[in-house]
Amino acid sequence: MTLARKFNSSKMKGLLVLTALFVAVFGKKTFEGDQLLQITAKDEAQISLLKELSEQEHLGLDFWREPVHESLPVDVRVPFHSLQAVRAFLGYNQIQYNVMIMDVQDLLDDEQREMVKYRSFPRSTDDFVYTTYHDLNSINSFIDMLVAENSNLVSKIVIGQSYENRPLNVLKFSTGANRPGIWIDTGIHSREWVTQASGIWFAKKIVTDYGRDPVLTDILSNYDIFLEIVTNPDGFAYTHSNDRMWRKTRKPNSGSSCVGVDPNRNWDAGFGGAGSSSNPCTETYRGPSAHSEPEVKAIVDFVKSHGKLKAFVSIHNYSQMLLYPYGYTSTPAMDQAELHELARRAVTALQSLYSTRYTYGSIITTIYQASGGTIDWTYNQGIKYSYTFELRDTGRYGFLLPADQIVPTAEETWLALMAIMEHTRNNPY
Amino acid sequence: MKTFCSVWLLLSVVELSPAPPASQEPPLACRGAADPAPPQPETAEDMASTGDLEPTHYPARRAAQVALHYLNTHHGSPFRVFGLQQVHKASAEDVEAGGRKYKLDFSVTDWASGSAGPALRCSADVLFPRTERHSAPDVKLRCEALQQINRTAQEEEAFYQKHITPDSAVSARDIPDSYGNMSEEMQPFWRLARVAASFIMLRESSENTEFNMAQVASVTQQESSEEQLMLEFVVLLHDLPSQEIVQWKLLASWSPDRGVRVLQTEWQPRCPHATKPPN
Repeated sequence: MTLARKFNSSKMKGLLVLTALFVAVFGKKTFEGDQLLQITAKDEAQISLLKELSEQEHLGLDFWREPVHESLPVDVRVPFHSLQAVRAFLGYNQIQYNVMIMDVQDLLDDEQREMVKYRSFPRSTDDFVYTTYHDLNSINSFIDMLVAENSNLVSKIVIGQSYENRPLNVLKFSTGANRPGIWIDTGIHSREWVTQASGIWFAKKIVTDYGRDPVLTDILSNYDIFLEIVTNPDGFAYTHSNDRMWRKTRKPNSGSSCVGVDPNRNWDAGFGGAGSSSNPCTETYRGPSAHSEPEVKAIVDFVKSHGKLKAFVSIHNYSQMLLYPYGYTSTPAMDQAELHELARRAVTALQSLYSTRYTYGSIITTIYQASGGTIDWTYNQGIKYSYTFELRDTGRYGFLLPADQIVPTAEETWLALMAIMEHTRNNPY
Repeated sequence: MKTFCSVWLLLSVVELSPAPPASQEPPLACRGAADPAPPQPETAEDMASTGDLEPTHYPARRAAQVALHYLNTHHGSPFRVFGLQQVHKASAEDVEAGGRKYKLDFSVTDWASGSAGPALRCSADVLFPRTERHSAPDVKLRCEALQQINRTAQEEEAFYQKHITPDSAVSARDIPDSYGNMSEEMQPFWRLARVAASFIMLRESSENTEFNMAQVASVTQQESSEEQLMLEFVVLLHDLPSQEIVQWKLLASWSPDRGVRVLQTEWQPRCPHATKPPN
């Protein structure tokens, strides 16, 4: 067909209009303003038109689904600069179409954000994925990023080293000097993965809510918060590399082939009594002496040198319980009534979010006798508001709590922690 | 270390084995490793824990868990596993023949029906005998409306038909995995393992234990026999008071008609506490 005859057909007039409206398409790296059109041709004639359209290279059309047959929709990404021309062409020829994507770049940006989240190395604590379990390197990176992003509020203190020489990192949230403090630790038993995961979430929650939530802001105006997320890093590394069910530290025991001490039986409170084991090959082995484990000694030294901690919360899983001293004796703690009532309020707050059922009481009556436990020691040091949590669940998944429960667990637990911290702040001693 | 454990296992397979006797020598490969430490005697107060019990404290809860294990052995299936929701009332008394009997009033939910499921009210008498060697507790149980729960018949039949075929050879490890993930396909097998494990947990329970199933280490389908699905499981049980992880291998059968039966159980050493052998 000669060019002249081509010019004379009405179809060609359509294309002429198109060409007349043509705006040069510059080479673009982004897709800002591009739209995705879905075109429905009603007959073969319209399909032919669309095929001719696809041959107009200067338009820069990007067909995701080529024109083939009138029963099949045609998807085409139209660069911003060609939009007017293409829409005019379609309108002139009465070809039906829908705008499927208003701006392709927006979609890509969202996708990019999603992809970045799942990269190994998030660039900020906003990129960090809170809905999955992380390893030690990832958590230590998180800690450093959090400090870097919030250096006016957060600092990192290294309170000691684990047996295998890993740093014992504590986050300090502080708005002024010489304040009394509140301590929270997670992951003292390494297989209790939802606790370290919750600790990460708590850290982010504090920096997010400071300056926004009046109660937390008020607490931080009067108290420092100390948060040790991976209290047993050697054990934690071991749960990733060798044995998901590892609980204890990784210190060898002389005279035995068995490794490790239960860090929650190693404290100097009823040490050596019933409720812990003298056999190094057991999960509740108390160790050769109180505070023999560097992970425990580091906290002991920190508590003693700080001298002004007013609340101490040590977090475990599982059983869904909030517990107060004692574990080594059935003699009630002197402050039992107040501790019981505060536990009741904290549990009520926790349950308000997802109706997760918690029980509460002293360790020895509610869960089992345990000697040499953390909060028995801290309580005897004069830290009145000493509590232990056992987080979700009640045995169905136990230590292997599905990752989609991390955030709900952290969210509900935070309500209980806030109740405890608020009470501490309102009842100075 | 794992090689040593496997070798030891091969040399020591025992069928229909009862609970390991307290005096059992630790396997050579696990020098120093032992059975879960004998439970420490509880406080004097607990030993005399009779009369009305606090429902949220451990003596009542442990007895209720035993009743749960019993319930699951009788009514559990690939599509039904009961969990304890709450203890309402509990009391205990010493009995003449020696032993302590607990009377319980509690509620259970079916894990398979998720948060949608209703709570079932149950009452039970749980008798823990006081014998020199451990013997299983005795349970008498009544749950309301149990006979009315029929709604899983279809799923059970479909599952049964799918896997009774000769070419079905299910085999999997670590259910759930370290991150708590479990595929939809594996869920009925997890539940079957949990029900089969209930036979062991029931048998091994005392007033000083509180068992849950921590993980299914492996499931391997065996050749079907007498129209029963035959499954070999290795399960990890967790005992709360001692915090020990105990490994058991077991052979279980199941069909919609006959329910779950456990044919063989074998305690397996786990050697978790030892160092790696020098290589």
